[in-house]
Amino acid sequence: MTFADMVKILHARVLCGEDRLDRPARTACCSDLMSDVLAFVNEKTVLITGLTNPHVVRTADMLDLKCLVFARGKVPNDEILETADEQGLVVMTTPETAFTTCGLLYEAGLRGVPIEWPKEVEEP
Amino acid sequence: MSAFLHAEYPVAAGDYTRAGEASADIKRRLKQLGVSSNVLRRVAVASYEVELNLVIHSMGGKLDLDVDQNGVWLISQDVGPGIPDISLAMREGWSTANEEARSLGFGAGMGLPNMKRNADDFEIESELGKGTRISMRFALA
Repeated sequence: MTFADMVKILHARVLCGEDRLDRPARTACCSDLMSDVLAFVNEKTVLITGLTNPHVVRTADMLDLKCLVFARGKVPNDEILETADEQGLVVMTTPETAFTTCGLLYEAGLRGVPIEWPKEVEEP
Repeated sequence: MSAFLHAEYPVAAGDYTRAGEASADIKRRLKQLGVSSNVLRRVAVASYEVELNLVIHSMGGKLDLDVDQNGVWLISQDVGPGIPDISLAMREGWSTANEEARSLGFGAGMGLPNMKRNADDFEIESELGKGTRISMRFALA
């Protein structure tokens, strides 16, 4: 699946990175808790979130994430989008909820990013 | 021992808007130096976590970056208030973060353990009323 496919599946609007839509999306994760994204995600993946503060883009920068999907029609401000564009991210917004966003992408074949369990946490 | 790189970043308490700027600069500098992407990512995550901790929990402090033949060093030093129980603070899920930090997506109690996990060496010392010092080393190879 490419980012362009994701745009179609999610009825999304591209906010930046229009020229990078031909790149592949291999996995995804969904969280509003950046602490957990920083602790569990160890892959250059897609992040689906409803948070639109600058820390989402900073977290993406630290982890070398490739794409941000804002659910529930959320749109971050222009300054955040400029930073995201400088970082080479693809950013899109979808009117779907986070749950439906995940469901639609899963149905189309995208799978969750394998997460790395911190040693101190017992795997359930 | 000659340093390949040294930089200092003052971090203001409660400045959520600028939180992360030091880490973004650290990542950029290390990338320019040719540090491998795996090490770069671990330093960036640990740096961002420690910088956020300074903003959320400290009364202000600074972050030092050093690169020498032993690796990348990140040293955080603040001016208080200090951590009453370090073993409790190191526990996953334990957090004393305020509502503002939580509303931004932080305060899950993953910061300190995540730093320890990403660094090759991790040391933390704290004295109530004095402050907290965290030293992390990341091997280059």
